[in-house]
Amino acid sequence: MYRYDEFDATLVAERVAQFRGQVARRLSGELTEDEFKPLRLMNGLYLQLHAYMLRVAIPYGTLSSKQMRKLAFIARRYDKGYGHFTTRQNIQYNWPALADTPDILDALAEAEMHAIQTSGNCIRNVTSDQYAGAAADEVEDPRPYAEMIRQWSTFHPEFSFLPRKFKIAVTASDHDRAAVKVHDIGLRLYRNDKGEAGFEVIVGGGLGRTPYVGHAIRKFLPKEHLLSYLEAILRVYNLQGRRDNIYKARIKILVNAEGADNFAAMVEKEWAAMKKTDIDLPREEIERIGAYFAPPAFETLPEESASLEEQRRRDPDFARWLRTNMAAHKTPGYAIVNVSLKPVGGVPGDISDGQMEALADLAEDYSFDEIRATHEQNLVLPHVRKDDLCAVWSGLKRADLATPNIGLVSDIIACPGLDYCTLANTRSIPIAQRISERFADLGDQESLGELKIKISGCINACGHHHVGHIGILGVDKKGEEFYQITLGGSGAEDASLGDIVGRGLSADATIDAVEKIVACYRANRQDNERFLDAYRRLGAEPFKEALYEAA
Amino acid sequence: MKLLKFNAGRLVPALEEPPVEVSLEDWRANPQAHAGATALKISNAAPLDDIAGDLSGFSVVILAFPGFKDGRAYSQARLLRERFGYTGEVRACGEILRDQIFFMARCGFDAFEFSGADADSAAAALKDFSHFYQAAADGTAPVWRRRLARAAAA
Ligand code: SF4
Repeated sequence: MYRYDEFDATLVAERVAQFRGQVARRLSGELTEDEFKPLRLMNGLYLQLHAYMLRVAIPYGTLSSKQMRKLAFIARRYDKGYGHFTTRQNIQYNWPALADTPDILDALAEAEMHAIQTSGNCIRNVTSDQYAGAAADEVEDPRPYAEMIRQWSTFHPEFSFLPRKFKIAVTASDHDRAAVKVHDIGLRLYRNDKGEAGFEVIVGGGLGRTPYVGHAIRKFLPKEHLLSYLEAILRVYNLQGRRDNIYKARIKILVNAEGADNFAAMVEKEWAAMKKTDIDLPREEIERIGAYFAPPAFETLPEESASLEEQRRRDPDFARWLRTNMAAHKTPGYAIVNVSLKPVGGVPGDISDGQMEALADLAEDYSFDEIRATHEQNLVLPHVRKDDLCAVWSGLKRADLATPNIGLVSDIIACPGLDYCTLANTRSIPIAQRISERFADLGDQESLGELKIKISGCINACGHHHVGHIGILGVDKKGEEFYQITLGGSGAEDASLGDIVGRGLSADATIDAVEKIVACYRANRQDNERFLDAYRRLGAEPFKEALYEAA
Repeated sequence: MKLLKFNAGRLVPALEEPPVEVSLEDWRANPQAHAGATALKISNAAPLDDIAGDLSGFSVVILAFPGFKDGRAYSQARLLRERFGYTGEVRACGEILRDQIFFMARCGFDAFEFSGADADSAAAALKDFSHFYQAAADGTAPVWRRRLARAAAA
């Protein structure tokens, strides 16, 4: 994991001091709320429906046990005993007092964390593959590049007042777990025919009111030029992105208005004129950062673990959890463990202080001190010996963190919605809770296979509904909460935007509708095809029929 | 509104006659009519690709922040300094607040038509940070260069 040196630590400490001054000026009345707003928004502090909300950055989703314990401490000391993991690998606290926020930031800084650029029209916290450094299918660990982007983008003087917020995601696997095609910039590290590693640069994806799948504007960017190329894209966007209409200000609008080819030409022209040696990191610095992400000291183990197989045979619950929550690790004898934050009837992404501490302990004992946050609002222990899986499972069970439902129908993404968010049309969380209760039978869920439901409480699409296999969007109809269903979206390497089916439904009818859609899938499924594949084969019609016939 | 400028590295109020301004459009339309102008005012929507030939007669270029959230002039200032080698004064006008001056200075601005009341606090805000991760137009070495230098010295 990356560790701060004196430069990183000083910068974060100075940021806390600066923010402490700003909060003091607000509390003394020197600043009005209007004047304070842009300042607090530079630091992840939102004013929500009931209270302030503080969003803490977890760069590329990587956490140490020490950091997780600090998050637990903050939840207990300054909040109501829990935190909420978001779709951007961040954590949010829903109830901090304004006067406490500088102390919270101090506590974070002690664990080398911050809330810098978790809001505002700037380059936001960079996200990556939660399996980075562990995935069996990755070209190399993408996190050093994510860390380089974090440093380059932090307080970038030119790009702190962009037309709109800006999100960058990095992956290094064919299987895209970072949703790079629906980001402002998505970077895919891969090897070309000559065996050299470089980035495919995808620009202009995004959800929200006008969803787009991004365009590859450069097929192969040598790794060492990553930062200068990003700077060229950002400069073109900063100068030419629309600022007259907040709904047309994201880079996707510019890219699609210009056309991807033309936009690419604009970037290439800017890039050609840049003095790259001032921007691109020299080899020494790339190696310095890379060294922090060297693989931990894995033991040499046989691929299979006899004790694991024995335990798997003996305990069907354990066996089921392994089937759904374990993923292949690149090192023989190790596995990746997914920790579901989606218990039946729970709030997706919520975790208590005690659970955070339990997880920190498990990571320390069994996963080289590492934890990851996923954009699907779950957590990961990336490096667990197969021999230890049963012990980890028992520990997770004790902490109520062993729900075996990763990728299944109850592993739902939901934005905070009207329970917290000032922009919401509808609630999202209760819909997620009710769907998971409706499908509570875990065996049944498993038989359905991968099925991703994503729920947003308004068109801003924080719950990524467009790329849900089943997407649910909250809409306001004359003061009543309605939900619009989309089908067939995907945020992975086979990215697509869902099709709208039918009219808006009440909350009750929405839960029923999901059940009917699932029943229709079950009836028409061939072999073991996924819901998404069945939908792509069948089209919307049979599903629409199933919905209307019963209506 | 107060004009702030650097004096021996410190940001202080500057007492001076306003320059004779001309907009880029007017200047290009009729340079003869504006022969006495000393400050070129460039709108933040103006492309700068072929600005080089316009700069030589002007000791001041004025760039605009119609609102503090409109950050186009940050890019323009860097282009003037880093691409076109402009060494005269680059002045920020519009909504210029304490907490933005720091970014402006890094992008090459060296004069500010400050909208706030407290000029001392603007000067203090410039000192909020002692390191920067990236190179910009102010000539300070980015953190990665300092790391290299330190490693080389060790
Ligand atoms: S999608 Fe809308 S309701 Fe949900 S968190 Fe985002 S802005 Fe709020």
